[in-house]
Amino acid sequence: MTINQKKNGSLLTLAIEGRIDTKTAPELEKALEGALDGITELVFDFAEVSYISSAGLRVLLKAQKQMNKQGEMRILHANEDVTEIFEVTGFNEILTIE
Amino acid sequence: MKELEIEALVDNLDAVLGFVDAQLEEIGCPPKIQMQIDLAVEEIFVNIANYAYQPETGNAVLRVETDAERQTVTITFIDRGVPYDPLAREDPDITQSAEERQIGGLGVFLVKQTMDDVRYVYRDGMNILTVCKSVAAREGQD
Repeated sequence: MTINQKKNGSLLTLAIEGRIDTKTAPELEKALEGALDGITELVFDFAEVSYISSAGLRVLLKAQKQMNKQGEMRILHANEDVTEIFEVTGFNEILTIE
Repeated sequence: MKELEIEALVDNLDAVLGFVDAQLEEIGCPPKIQMQIDLAVEEIFVNIANYAYQPETGNAVLRVETDAERQTVTITFIDRGVPYDPLAREDPDITQSAEERQIGGLGVFLVKQTMDDVRYVYRDGMNILTVCKSVAAREGQD
């Protein structure tokens, strides 16, 4: 997994490539720690995400809880398989997926 | 039937997935179904790695059986750790808001949602969890 991070004022965009699994999810969690200070718009670009497991969902839920206090969070371009994981876990209801 | 016995460590996840994927590829498993099976294998193996032998470590055995005729894959996970029935755990309430949702408890739920059949039995000091999935390509799945 690679994370391409771009900050523009209070907008933070994370373009992620690869698998978000038990081994890589902690990297994403770490990248978010401290990076959300002063951020009101958090965008994940999932165009190149091929796989997500519960470890990745946990990180997204944690980020969503944080962003609910300070702004908004969106997930863009998730592929069909990843979208299905969001749907069966009800994450499509608590995350903003576009 | 092919069997892998490996130390139940998160660091061995890639080796476990490599073992399973090699057999899925042999029977021409569609990529979407392979992803779902990988997901189930990850969730189950990681649970064994994190909980079965704590604070010690121990081995996990994976048996992969493919049935080319019926187009099914059956994967059995065996550990000799503390007795634990993951299916006894209550499903997370997926209608809750982000604030109410607990972080965790999703792994086993995902396994149940994506596999066709999941069974658990504790026998002779072993946790035996078996998942079964049809790998037949269906319309709209590839």
